[in-house]
Amino acid sequence: MTAPESIALELKDLRKSFGKTEIIRGVNLAVRHGERVAVIGPNGAGKSTLFNLISGRFGASSGDVLLNGTSIMGKKPFEINRMGLSRSFQITNIFPKLSVFENLRCSVLWSLGYKYTFFKFLANLDDANARANELLKMVNLEKKHDVLAVNLTYAEQRALEIGITIGGGANVILLDEPTAGMSKSETTRFIALIKQVTEGKTLLTVEHDMGVVFGLADKIAVVVYGEVIAFDTPDAVRANSRVQEAYLGSAVADAQAEGH
Amino acid sequence: MTNHKQNTPFNMGRWVTWGLFALVLVLAPLVFTSGLGLTVLSQMGIAIIACLSYNMLLGQGGMLSFGHAVYSGLGAFLAIHALNAVSSGSLPIPVSAVPLVGGVAGMGFAALLGYVTTRKAGTTFAMITMGMGELVFAMSLMIPEFFGGEGGVSGNRVIGKAFMGITFGPPIQVYYLIAVYTFISVVLMFAFTRTPLGRMLNAVRDNPERVEFVGYNTQRIRYTAFIIAGFFAGISGGLGALNFEIVTAEVVHAARSGAYLLFTFLGGATFFFGPIIGAVLMVLAFVLFSEFTKAWLLYLGLIFLFMVMYAPGGFASLIMMNLRVAAFGKLRQLTGSYLALALTGLVALVGASAMVEMTYHLQLSSSEGPDIKFLWVTLNTTEMQSWLGAAAILAVGGGLFEVARRRFAREWEEIQAFIEKKLNPEEAQ
Repeated sequence: MTAPESIALELKDLRKSFGKTEIIRGVNLAVRHGERVAVIGPNGAGKSTLFNLISGRFGASSGDVLLNGTSIMGKKPFEINRMGLSRSFQITNIFPKLSVFENLRCSVLWSLGYKYTFFKFLANLDDANARANELLKMVNLEKKHDVLAVNLTYAEQRALEIGITIGGGANVILLDEPTAGMSKSETTRFIALIKQVTEGKTLLTVEHDMGVVFGLADKIAVVVYGEVIAFDTPDAVRANSRVQEAYLGSAVADAQAEGH
Repeated sequence: MTNHKQNTPFNMGRWVTWGLFALVLVLAPLVFTSGLGLTVLSQMGIAIIACLSYNMLLGQGGMLSFGHAVYSGLGAFLAIHALNAVSSGSLPIPVSAVPLVGGVAGMGFAALLGYVTTRKAGTTFAMITMGMGELVFAMSLMIPEFFGGEGGVSGNRVIGKAFMGITFGPPIQVYYLIAVYTFISVVLMFAFTRTPLGRMLNAVRDNPERVEFVGYNTQRIRYTAFIIAGFFAGISGGLGALNFEIVTAEVVHAARSGAYLLFTFLGGATFFFGPIIGAVLMVLAFVLFSEFTKAWLLYLGLIFLFMVMYAPGGFASLIMMNLRVAAFGKLRQLTGSYLALALTGLVALVGASAMVEMTYHLQLSSSEGPDIKFLWVTLNTTEMQSWLGAAAILAVGGGLFEVARRRFAREWEEIQAFIEKKLNPEEAQ
């Protein structure tokens, strides 16, 4: 019954309907530990919805999600997070009126066991402060230690978002379009950062830039109309005629039309 | 040059701040020695605890409660009953511990009612707290055995043997009891803002959804903070019961909850010390300003209106912004503008308040004759002259104020731009 040891995240016939419209139409996917998976697909294919179902933001209509072999269906986001799955958001989702350091410290408190305590001073939590400072370095925001998150530049906010996502030390990381809205050069730098901070972790990321996708991912999952039509290595996906027909061809056409 | 800054909870500056605060509490009754002075000071201490506990919800947790008086008020009722039980000998605790009974009661009711209210946030939370407030006030009329009906419940704090000469008979002794409770409560509530729960409460205020994705249950955070706020509200209620020796149903009334909200906001919800300013203003308004003019609620409403529109951070943020300007050596540059604002504002205020006072006189007490004394002059409310004069003063003052305001706004912008440039030299174009 239990999934093999090496599977970190498994989706079994996952479905989601909004009203009469079925958005996710039976997704099956098994991601191994330490694998980097790029989820690609045209707009409206259901990539973000898929992430929302996995992370507990929405409840699925049917099917099952297994995290390290344990079902997380119907669990609340904070329960799923405690079990080792963390995510970022397509639209920047940080704590705007807290400093950058406080943002990161908030992300590490639960995993270090501080829970709802009000009998300890934050300043004395050496492990939490060390971890928050470490994160600060990892996402290159050391100089912004005391700056309110709302006052950061967009790219810095995206970096902070990644920092918050990895703060709790989750082993499965979902990144929903981490480079959305970034310039080409920012994207390149940012992907290097993502590679670095998710080293050894299982990563699923939604990404539109094909160059980035082929450089970053061990495997690519192609989502079209709420189904995974291919899940394979980048080369195999590139060669897959069904994918070319359904997605890559049109993406190239779109890119040319937009003049990229 | 690393940013490895550790803000330890008790550094030198903080010792000085707390020391000064304690000193003010100790010395205040030596400065304001009159009976009225002591009354006002005692009530300020009580109000400071209430407003700070309210700000745990509003400023720190983003919970707009319309029913905070429920917890201070029920704390007050339990405390006065406890006091009576001490009098009759059925409760063996010292009188000085009676406010703690209020605190525990406030905490208990917060745990009970807050379980429902804190399940939701935002507008829904606000609505439910309002409903709870109405519910408890309605009950206060239905259960006279507990709430004492219209007359309320009275007690007597001078009971038992004097301990080291302390009987709590003289108001000064009650004041110092209140001062001790105030100091400890303020320290504890400040300490709370430095704890993991206190910080996660800020995070819930900023972005509840994200909190769920870093492993925390937002409902549990709100609920726990609500209970703690209920405890301090109850302490404040218990001190009120000891101070007045009578508790009536108005302590749980929506008007009281509204006052907590209004003055916490006026003082400034975004800074820890803001509600302290608010609490001081609240007592001044209720005790002194209300004696001064019948139209005091109107003035209060107008002040609140202008604060919401022009300085939503309250007096605390006004102070902090000016301190920032001063830190960059630019405050002197604004002196002229502030003087102009004050003078023109005062002229406009004189005109406006003359008209307000005349209107109130005509509406409420015209049987006493047409004349009212306003400042140093006597105004005849039935004569056109008085109205035209007041209107003219208002128009001139208002017009000049607008001129001064524009000049001030321009200078203020320049200074802010200057400060931003100093802070972020590399980002300025």
